[in-house]
Amino acid sequence: MNGDIKTFTISIYTENNIGLLNRISAIFQRRHINIESLTTSQSEIDGVNRFVIVVNITEEQAIKIVRQIEKQVETIRAYYHTEDETIFTESCMFKIKSDLLFNEPQIQNIIKESYARIVTVNREFFVLEKSGRRNEIESLRRDLNVFGIMQFVRSGRIAVTKDEMKVTEMLQAFNNQ
Amino acid sequence: MKTQTIIDKKEVAEKTIRITGSEAVVRSLIAEGVDILYGYPGGAIMPVYDELFKFQGEIHHVLTRHEQGAAHAAQGYARISGKVGVAMATSGPGATNLITGIADAQIDSTPLVCITGQVFSHLLGSDAFQETDIVGISTPVTKWNCQVTKAEDIPGALAKAFYIAKSGRPGPVLVDITKDAQVSELDFKYEKCKGVRSYNPIPKTDPNSIIAAAELINNAKKPMIVWGQGVILGQAEDELKAVIEKAGIPAAWTILGASALPTSHPLNIGMVGMHGNYAPNKLTNECDVLIAIGMRFDDRVTGSLDTYAKQAKIIHFDIDPAEIDKNVKTDVAVLGNSKESLALLFEALNKNTHDSWLQEFKDLYAIEFEKVIKGDIHPEKEGLTMGEVLKQINIESKGNAAIVSDVGQHQMIACRYADFNVTKSNITSGGLGTMGFALPAAIGAKMAAPDREVVAIIGDGGYQMNIQELGTIFQQKAAVKIVVLNNEFLGMVRQWQQLFFDKRYASTEMTNPNFVAIAEGYYIKAKKVTKREELAEAVKEMMASKESYFLEVMVEKEDNVFPMIPSGASVSDIRLS
Repeated sequence: MNGDIKTFTISIYTENNIGLLNRISAIFQRRHINIESLTTSQSEIDGVNRFVIVVNITEEQAIKIVRQIEKQVETIRAYYHTEDETIFTESCMFKIKSDLLFNEPQIQNIIKESYARIVTVNREFFVLEKSGRRNEIESLRRDLNVFGIMQFVRSGRIAVTKDEMKVTEMLQAFNNQ
Repeated sequence: MKTQTIIDKKEVAEKTIRITGSEAVVRSLIAEGVDILYGYPGGAIMPVYDELFKFQGEIHHVLTRHEQGAAHAAQGYARISGKVGVAMATSGPGATNLITGIADAQIDSTPLVCITGQVFSHLLGSDAFQETDIVGISTPVTKWNCQVTKAEDIPGALAKAFYIAKSGRPGPVLVDITKDAQVSELDFKYEKCKGVRSYNPIPKTDPNSIIAAAELINNAKKPMIVWGQGVILGQAEDELKAVIEKAGIPAAWTILGASALPTSHPLNIGMVGMHGNYAPNKLTNECDVLIAIGMRFDDRVTGSLDTYAKQAKIIHFDIDPAEIDKNVKTDVAVLGNSKESLALLFEALNKNTHDSWLQEFKDLYAIEFEKVIKGDIHPEKEGLTMGEVLKQINIESKGNAAIVSDVGQHQMIACRYADFNVTKSNITSGGLGTMGFALPAAIGAKMAAPDREVVAIIGDGGYQMNIQELGTIFQQKAAVKIVVLNNEFLGMVRQWQQLFFDKRYASTEMTNPNFVAIAEGYYIKAKKVTKREELAEAVKEMMASKESYFLEVMVEKEDNVFPMIPSGASVSDIRLS
């Protein structure tokens, strides 16, 4: 149904210009749509940026939002996808007291079973990194929280789509004009 | 002081010359064909003004009395000419004062290039004197904007600005230039922008959409067209007329679409919307195919969407894909430039007439005439009406004047009753509803089209929002005709207070100054009319004047504008009283 609220991943290919982030976030703000997460990075094309924005909205809203984003002069293409249409992940880091690693053998099991990676260890603390779905990250956080976490941080979602984006072809078509 | 001129304009484009950023700004404007710009100097834009002084033989800068006036004047210039309007201001308050005009241009798709000065780039973010983040502030109300901090980026930024402002669905663009970029040097060579890779101004028209649209129209028994400003912006007036006449379709217009087809055309059935005509509003909910052309189904046009044209198949022609299905679900969307898509549609249409359907419009017009129009333009009561002033202006202008209206009751009356023979003649603030628009916009319109009669019709409220622009009219000798319809109220708000707030006239009554004395203070010929028998002669004298002329007409204090679709009601619930 068009009217049900679902999680959509909005992918936007843009020029790499100052101010575009403002322009894009304003489109959501104006319509009172809360951004669950927003990530921006280099895309597969040199000089082209990619935004990955996660929002909980209806499909009708998603269509309108994507059109408003595409209307921006420096947007090359924008798409929306459901969770089924994307492969996605998040990443997180934990900073934990080093003592615990030796005093609480349970922690070592948790690390092993969660496929988390130890990034660094020193006398005071060690840092764990884990990528995965939100529920995996949340369950790891709950497990570690029992022992005490000095710092926790989680990234926004990054996602690739199962279908093709064809942005390269679009840009080539422009160059051949 | 000797003024500099460019003898051969090609020289600008072909040779590279070493000049300052500020000279590059002026040479870029000249290369874009700008003959007039509107603005106000100040610290951060002074180097550019110094160059404007040197190039005054090539480009005419108009000093307005407020930056908002500059933005609206540039809008008036753009709306009557179809060219890009240019406004200039300094940093800080100069820039923020442009914002209302920019927002107005954004919602009414008016091509503007606004150039603002900015503090030195090393001071950005330091809360320097007259520093404001104008790029941040203007982002939601511009089609595009940018900040230039290096002289060598100036020509490219301005070329892109003009291209973006004018192409596709037009809109305002702002270029903010730091003072160090203005004073340092660059190797200047101007090249016009021919495209931006991330921007597709005119979507391709799908031939299948034309076939689908033509099939619906050819089979329709009660087709109706509602056209908007997209017809004017696309210069598709002839194509619209050809389509209407070939298929015999009654056609109505939105406020910004007015004048694209002469008012007297037999298939022109009037204005849609809150204070539009009775027939096209009412019959929106009777037609079987509604053909929307270059309009955006604004809420003032549709009333309640839940009861808007539900019985009809909807065809929507637009250049902006974001407008499709935004407010009203369409059955057939035709993307593209209206000039091209209407020409294609014309080919696919059958010759047709819809006489009995057209008669329904005429019958409802007769009712509207009896209940509303007659009393508006041929009043029997003692007090003067706004409608009879418009009638007199029509008599004198023969429908050839450009009417620049402000916002409120007088605007609705002007749009309802002005005769238009010439396109681009209804210049008004539609989407934003900006009081204070008309006086400066009329200056821009008159300067862009000096051979045309330009009549500003303004309420006593809106007039006082930019009344300082009388100074610009005086200094520029712009022969603008100014009609203030004075009811000593903020009339439209008062009307709502009467109808929906039990006549509690909160802050709508105005104690006004001696407007004639004010106009005369600016050496503008002025007259005040309080009686019907003085009106015809006064309007005649005004229209015959070769110079600017101010005419104040004291109208009935508590007249209302009807018909009216109450806010949130259905178009078919339009009220005649």
